Amino acid sequence: MQTNVCLNDMNLIKISWSNLKDKPLTSFLSISLMALGIGIISLLLLVSKQLDEKFTRNVKGIDMVIGAKGSPLQLILASIYQIDAPTGNIPLEEATKLTRSPLVKTAIPLSMGDNYQGYRVIGTNEKYLQHFEVEYAEGKVFSKAMEVVAGAKAAQNLELKVGDSFVSQHGYDGEGHKHDEQKFKVTGILKTNNSVVDQLILTPLESVWAVHEHHEEGEQHADSGANALKLLEEDGSHKEEHEEEPKEITSMLIKFRNPALGMMMARNINQNTTLQTATPAIEINRLFALLGVGLDTLKWIALVIIIVSGLSVFVSLYNSLKERKYEMALMLSMGATRIRLFLLLLLEGLMISIIGYAAGVLLSRLGLWVMAENVEKNFHYDFNVLSLLPEEMYLMLGALVIGLLAAALPSLGIYRINISRTLADE
Amino acid sequence: MISTENLTFQYSPSKKFQFPDFACADRETMLILGKSGKGKTTLLHLMALLLHPTGGKIQINNKEISELSVGDAARFRAQNVGIIYQKAHFVHSLSVMDNLLLVNYLSGQKQAVEKARHFAESLGFADHLKKKTTQLSQGEQQRVSIARALMNNPSVILADEPTSNLDDDNCLKVVDLLKNQTNEIGASLVVVTHDQRLKDVFEKQIQL
Repeated sequence: MQTNVCLNDMNLIKISWSNLKDKPLTSFLSISLMALGIGIISLLLLVSKQLDEKFTRNVKGIDMVIGAKGSPLQLILASIYQIDAPTGNIPLEEATKLTRSPLVKTAIPLSMGDNYQGYRVIGTNEKYLQHFEVEYAEGKVFSKAMEVVAGAKAAQNLELKVGDSFVSQHGYDGEGHKHDEQKFKVTGILKTNNSVVDQLILTPLESVWAVHEHHEEGEQHADSGANALKLLEEDGSHKEEHEEEPKEITSMLIKFRNPALGMMMARNINQNTTLQTATPAIEINRLFALLGVGLDTLKWIALVIIIVSGLSVFVSLYNSLKERKYEMALMLSMGATRIRLFLLLLLEGLMISIIGYAAGVLLSRLGLWVMAENVEKNFHYDFNVLSLLPEEMYLMLGALVIGLLAAALPSLGIYRINISRTLADE
Repeated sequence: MISTENLTFQYSPSKKFQFPDFACADRETMLILGKSGKGKTTLLHLMALLLHPTGGKIQINNKEISELSVGDAARFRAQNVGIIYQKAHFVHSLSVMDNLLLVNYLSGQKQAVEKARHFAESLGFADHLKKKTTQLSQGEQQRVSIARALMNNPSVILADEPTSNLDDDNCLKVVDLLKNQTNEIGASLVVVTHDQRLKDVFEKQIQL
């Protein structure tokens, strides 16, 4: 009974809602435009927030990257985010010498060049794993050449288990020639780390050398590589023991004791050696500045769509007010005040904004989900999309203001209606 | 009840109306006949407080209404006067029932669902309450607009050419219903028309 009364009760919201339903196509158009505009902006906000988090998390604690000369951005993308080809190789010895400076707190060597079905196999040492504070879901860290630890995502998608073995391919895309002679063996699987480690397969540096020098006598060279490594880890007490072909790595991740002084060292390296250094913070800012242009353009387009949605509300209310002039005069004659009818029309604009906003936010979540499904290989997206971003609150405010403005202008016509003349006119 | 005295209205210096005095008591019905351009609608709008008279007096329930402010006039009209127009107009997007309840809502009265049902029964459109008004025939629409005029229990019912769009059959039916319903709530009924068919069904008549 109670609900019956409520359903039957007339009120402004019910009348507004009926008016919207009475013109389904027009309302649908206005709502779709609003949803599209809000959806695009909201998706951009979500993506840039996720990218930002992703980039910041992976870069933490790394002050500088040393690598071959080339694009510093490329060096950072390749060495920290594992999403670009590296600039080239550098002699391990030269890099090691540099890292013996007292300014350097930690130096982590990286050697890349192989993949297993699209997942990069990275030669490094335990420090890399410690840097990301990894935990093991299964097994343990590698202890010798040709043993690997797989990141959570990589292990899951490649269906790797402890004890499995596989053959890597040259290159980064899973289509290079296979290094059939050398098999990697899985000794550990990592827990999800929410960092780049999730999509990597990590192995000691020696493995990479072994794989790539198999045409010579692999064993011996792996050994000498180990010596050079020892040099790195023990702060090098004994120098160059054998005459041999120098070992190479791809890059070195550096953590300074004092970043400010470290910058001086970076300048020195760039000027006086064949190596180059790159600072993640600077390069990422540069990257975001570049991306920002594209994001801004999209944002402007979305804003224009939202404004067009406002125009559509304006035009449809303007037209419907012309059609509904008699209706309005009728309601005025039945005791409705003009402010009440003004609110009635305002409410129609407001409802379109609110529904459009809600649909837009849903759309952006859907869009992010679809994107995440598709680019999961490169980026592991975190899903914290149920809550509204603070920026989306402003977006809501913006949508409401546009809806209100678009509705208010034509609705002012209410104040110009002459009741008697309109009713007499038919 | 409603009465007028020396009522005049002036649209412009050359277009001026002077209306005869009349009175219509509760439960009384009255026909005001006149050809086009004689000021029929103007008189009805004066009685409905939609226009403000240039001179003279109008009393409804012994209250002088020509001196009310615009806001007071609107409130007074909403509560005391029911109006039926030549062509039945409704709020297009609302159902028949909602159009009836709208009268209560806009005048700040309690929304009388039962009363609306009762009128729908007596006026013969109980089956159409959930429909949109545009789905009804003209005769049905005019009956809904009678119910709408009655929703607030007004003291005066004013009808402006209520039958001119109806065929003979519907015409007499609608007038009959109008008289009965007005009598039931004890209001005065004033019908303004040029429809000669109504000449024989009203005893009290004045000619403009």
